[in-house]
Amino acid sequence: MRKKVIFPQVGLPYLLLLPQLAITFVFFFLPAGQAIWFSFLRQDAFGIRTEFVGLENFVELFQDPLYLDSVWITLVFSFWVTALAMSVALGLAVLADRHIRGATAYKTLLIWPYAIAPAVAAVLWIFIFHPQIGLLGKFLNGIGVRWDYKLNGTQALITVIVASAWKQVSYNFLFFLAGLQSIPRSVLEAAAIDGASPARRFWTVVFPLLSPTTFFLLVINLTYAFFDTFGVIDALTKGGPAKATSTLIYRAYIDGRVNLDLGSSSAQSVVLMLAVIALTAVQFRFIERKVHY
Amino acid sequence: MATLTVHGVPKSFGKVAVLHGIDLSVADGEMIVIVGASGCGKSTLLRIVAGLETATEGRIVISGADVTRLEPAERDIAMVFQNYALYPHMSVFENMSYGLRIRGVPKPEIARRVQQAAEMLGLGALLQRRPRELSGGQRQRVAMGRAIVREPKLFLFDEPLSNLDAKLRVAMRAEIKRLQRRLGVTSLFVTHDQVEAMTLGDRLVVMNQGRAAQVATPMEIFARPADTYVAGFIGSPAMNFLPATLTEGGLGARIADGPVIRFADGPRPGMAGRALTLGIRPEHFALGGPLPLTPDLIEPLGSETVVHGRLPSGQEVTLRLAGMPASLGTLEIGIRAEHLHVFDGETGLRMDAQPAAALTPAWQGG
Ligand SMILES: Nc1ncnc2c1ncn2[C@@H]1O[C@H](COP(=O)(O)OP(=O)(O)OP(=O)(O)O)[C@@H](O)[C@H]1O
Ligand SMILES: [Mg+2]
Repeated sequence: MRKKVIFPQVGLPYLLLLPQLAITFVFFFLPAGQAIWFSFLRQDAFGIRTEFVGLENFVELFQDPLYLDSVWITLVFSFWVTALAMSVALGLAVLADRHIRGATAYKTLLIWPYAIAPAVAAVLWIFIFHPQIGLLGKFLNGIGVRWDYKLNGTQALITVIVASAWKQVSYNFLFFLAGLQSIPRSVLEAAAIDGASPARRFWTVVFPLLSPTTFFLLVINLTYAFFDTFGVIDALTKGGPAKATSTLIYRAYIDGRVNLDLGSSSAQSVVLMLAVIALTAVQFRFIERKVHY
Repeated sequence: MATLTVHGVPKSFGKVAVLHGIDLSVADGEMIVIVGASGCGKSTLLRIVAGLETATEGRIVISGADVTRLEPAERDIAMVFQNYALYPHMSVFENMSYGLRIRGVPKPEIARRVQQAAEMLGLGALLQRRPRELSGGQRQRVAMGRAIVREPKLFLFDEPLSNLDAKLRVAMRAEIKRLQRRLGVTSLFVTHDQVEAMTLGDRLVVMNQGRAAQVATPMEIFARPADTYVAGFIGSPAMNFLPATLTEGGLGARIADGPVIRFADGPRPGMAGRALTLGIRPEHFALGGPLPLTPDLIEPLGSETVVHGRLPSGQEVTLRLAGMPASLGTLEIGIRAEHLHVFDGETGLRMDAQPAAALTPAWQGG
């Protein structure tokens, strides 16, 4: 049973909701509606004539090998960003959980990446990965690996994956640490007395008990990798070389802002929007059902 | 099965000394109950035996083997925690079989043992449930079952009954006792409930601030408490303590602002005037005697009455009388000297009667 508040006037609740609704409307529904509308239109090269083309923008999109490449790049990119950010964070959280005394300082240090603007973070990574001035770049070239992420597509992808994952580690770390600390100590002690080695305790007790946290972070990290990594990519590789790091979000931006292909860019935005909705739906569904043990 | 010896185990957390060298020797199949006030180090002692804490010094020996440096897993013990510590993501069956699976016991053997323990504990119908789908009492029994199926050398119980309601507690207490008898597993049982301690233990360890104040059978502890702490801890309502001084010849005690009580069992050593603490249980007063008591609270319990009152010196006294006293005004009460406990006034240690012959020369010399 949900508690109901009784309002004397019918209008008051709506009035109270109005500011929130207005903001959502102006900043989300309006542009979103516009994007959906534009995705059904096509303009000529000079932006003079506009005609309604139905689903043609979408059909063209999915027949475009470059777009399909972008889809693949996005999947690879998102998979690795999520896997890297989550596994590193979990490892750090386990270490911090063991030595909780120093954890405050440790936590503070680990939070910093999250507070750094993407452009600043990118500069930092340039200082690491740049083939001539970067620490790691210079080192790799020194030992004979031909490292240049500005020329080599795979290396460019690795660079943006590492940089993007790094930014997300702090966030994941905090959630994993909170998750670890909410596991009752005595349950782990019981497992130790039952004869489980530390590794076995981790995989048979800790990890299953962390699964709600892990699932929540999985969705958050995928969403981040899909939609929130524009800044890192733009600052580091600008989607290059030869579109090797052009993820869907980056491409939508380039096609819209740079190539001024509003129809295609809008269609891409709509696809992305559907992806967000799908991810969110999955999240709500599972959180409602509680991915609990 | 197994014996357990704890050799002088102290424990400090940082600068705080929690245990001050505990010595304890447990015979095969014996059930030892560790009892004491909250914070006196009972859990710490148990956790050291389990290997969950490392002792600052000393040795733990199980069945003749020194296990002081071994991990909990290598000690072959089972522990029932106060909050049960069941694995929340596993079914009752998985909870009970976890330790066996880790040890690589064959599947049919696991099934047999779990089935047997489940039947013993009335858990047969619950094997597929998760802990959160169980009541407190059922969880407690699963925790017991998890310990039993392991067939360990040693059972450790850390206040396993304290989360249960009074009725279930009494039932589970009897159950644990019966199980322990039947399985014959050497056990340590921690509690702060004296009734639990008295009924469960073959022997009790009464702990006071990190020291074992007394290790003895329940009746011995009740009848001859080693010091005022033990005397006040065991028995309900608690024993009364009256300050007194030794009389000439050590033959009796003068209660402060009151009469002289002659010891029934013989003289105590010491000079006349030595400070004493007399201990007398509430049920060991008699009506009609030299002490005038002004009652300020009377609790009729049916077959008996508990009277709280004050002596003229201001000393508070609690007594337990059969039936109801005839008048509720000032009561004239006396002490049944054969039940008197005498403690040193400074150290609080028990002073037993000494054979008169042994004392005489000392008195003559002094
Ligand atoms: N990890 C720890 N660090 C510091 N002090 C501790 C630690 N564990 C216990 N102590 C201290 O040691 C003392 C004894 O604790 P312990 O848990 O053994 O008490 P207990 O007799 O089991 O009490 P209770 O009946 O309340 O369970 C307490 O004063 C407690 O504050
Ligand atoms: Mg305790």
